[in-house]
Amino acid sequence: MTALDSLYQQVILDHAKARHGDRALPDADAEHFERNPTCGDEITVRVRLEPGSDRIAEVAWQGDGCSISMASASVLTDMAVGRTVPELLALTEEFRTMMRSRGSGEPDEDVLEDLVAFHGVSKFVMRVKCGMLAWVAAEAAAREATAV
Amino acid sequence: MAPNQPLTESEVEAIRRDFPILQQEVNGFPLAYLDSGATSQRPRQVLDAERRFLEHDNAAVHRGAHTLAALSTDAFEEARATVAGFIGAAAPAEVVWTANATDALNLVAYGIANASRGRGGAAAERFRIGPGDEVLVTEAEHHANLVPWQELAALTGATLRWVPVADDGTWTAEDAVALVTDRTKVVAFAHVSNVTGMIAPVSAVVAAAHAHGALVVLDACQSAPHRPLDVQALGVDFAAFSGHKMLGPNGIGVLWGRRELLDALPPFRTGGSMITTVTMEHSEFMPAPERFEAGTQPVSQAVALGEAVRYLQGIGMERVRAHEEHLARLMLDGLAAIPGVRTVGPAAGVPRSGLVSFDVDGVHAHDVSQYLDAQGIAVRSGHHCAQPLHRRLGLVATSRASTYVHTTEQDVDRFLTAVGEIRAYFGATA
Repeated sequence: MTALDSLYQQVILDHAKARHGDRALPDADAEHFERNPTCGDEITVRVRLEPGSDRIAEVAWQGDGCSISMASASVLTDMAVGRTVPELLALTEEFRTMMRSRGSGEPDEDVLEDLVAFHGVSKFVMRVKCGMLAWVAAEAAAREATAV
Repeated sequence: MAPNQPLTESEVEAIRRDFPILQQEVNGFPLAYLDSGATSQRPRQVLDAERRFLEHDNAAVHRGAHTLAALSTDAFEEARATVAGFIGAAAPAEVVWTANATDALNLVAYGIANASRGRGGAAAERFRIGPGDEVLVTEAEHHANLVPWQELAALTGATLRWVPVADDGTWTAEDAVALVTDRTKVVAFAHVSNVTGMIAPVSAVVAAAHAHGALVVLDACQSAPHRPLDVQALGVDFAAFSGHKMLGPNGIGVLWGRRELLDALPPFRTGGSMITTVTMEHSEFMPAPERFEAGTQPVSQAVALGEAVRYLQGIGMERVRAHEEHLARLMLDGLAAIPGVRTVGPAAGVPRSGLVSFDVDGVHAHDVSQYLDAQGIAVRSGHHCAQPLHRRLGLVATSRASTYVHTTEQDVDRFLTAVGEIRAYFGATA
């Protein structure tokens, strides 16, 4: 596989086109806006919890950015729904660790599922923020949704 | 060779041998460096000049009586004279060393702000602005020639106005002149746009501005390195540019200003080396350029910038311009033939500089530059420090290929071939 193909895994290219969760969420419990000032990528992630619970019922986002950031937001939507907020925060930490690995180690597919496709991104330091953008926004929105 | 002809293939090959950084492969391909608009590479003559200075002459300038102090002061001032000659300044004292163009533009904006607070005495009254006065820029400006004027307006109560751009990102002399009135005190714009490559109608704007008593500040970052620049012929009042975009080092830039203006403008940075008499209560400032050069100066960088200027003069700026305009036409024609690629900037046939910004439908600019990088082709992606312009163009980001003296037709061919592959790779052709 070329270096470029290891960055743009098919899973990433597919998610970048499919953009799961790219829509409004009027009854969200919380939302958070993140922007990468160096490249202009931006995203607002919205989270709705199941009533009286910290379990995530729905995630949606609206934003504009490169294929890495849009694919990451799409995977976030698939993976966040059904998890509790603490579970999402733990998953985000796992993802962050992998994204900071600079391509080292072997990511745990049982935990990270489709996110393992982003392991190649971690070798491209300039693109790590793209991969994390939606997750950083989701982290903040999820915390706010559960704040009493 | 006629002075206005593009460089020949063998001339470009000889130039390329002067650039150590071009003698390498990046990601398994020979480096095609198409990002000189962001920062240029340095020929060994410039690298050697800085090293030679540091190994033989280095000392603090304009102080001390020892031999090296004299040698370094001579080299520092000789570089100033070289730059002054390069841009057609009336005297070397019209060339102020700054850290870069951003610093130079801030120097003017904050100098005016200080004058507006009464600093600089009667001589500085001509710079005073306040509520009811206007500062005019364009919607196409680099943030470096926009944000300092926003700050000046906020500090003084003046109003910032701007010349709107058309759908292609360009603006006309008529658009600008229509906004120049007796309220206008400063008109600031880029000689060459760093996004569109548009060449500003300088003389028409200068005529209107001066007819209304306004000062003209020219951002020459993308012109001084790439085409002949004659500040007196243009008639502007101030001009700013950066060394690192013209084969020179980082950390050195230039503010040129008409002598009587520089001598009257209050300094924005004060301290050592810029004073005549200091008491505990009060200080008298030196005339230009020293009044703006407080503190230890970037001496080896200035010396190296002087060498960069000599290198460009050795080629001839008319030929640099002809070479880059030729390459820009190749890029524009080639990009126009690729489905789904939109270029921004002046219409076909309108003169422009050697840089082309473009959008690939369905593919983000970062993915475009990443794809090109995998083939050793370096282009810029992002908003190029011009967010308002991109917002007006309806684009978050563009990719930009920019040429210089070492750019070959083969670089352009490789670039065009790779751009032609991008939409298929990202599945954007469906």
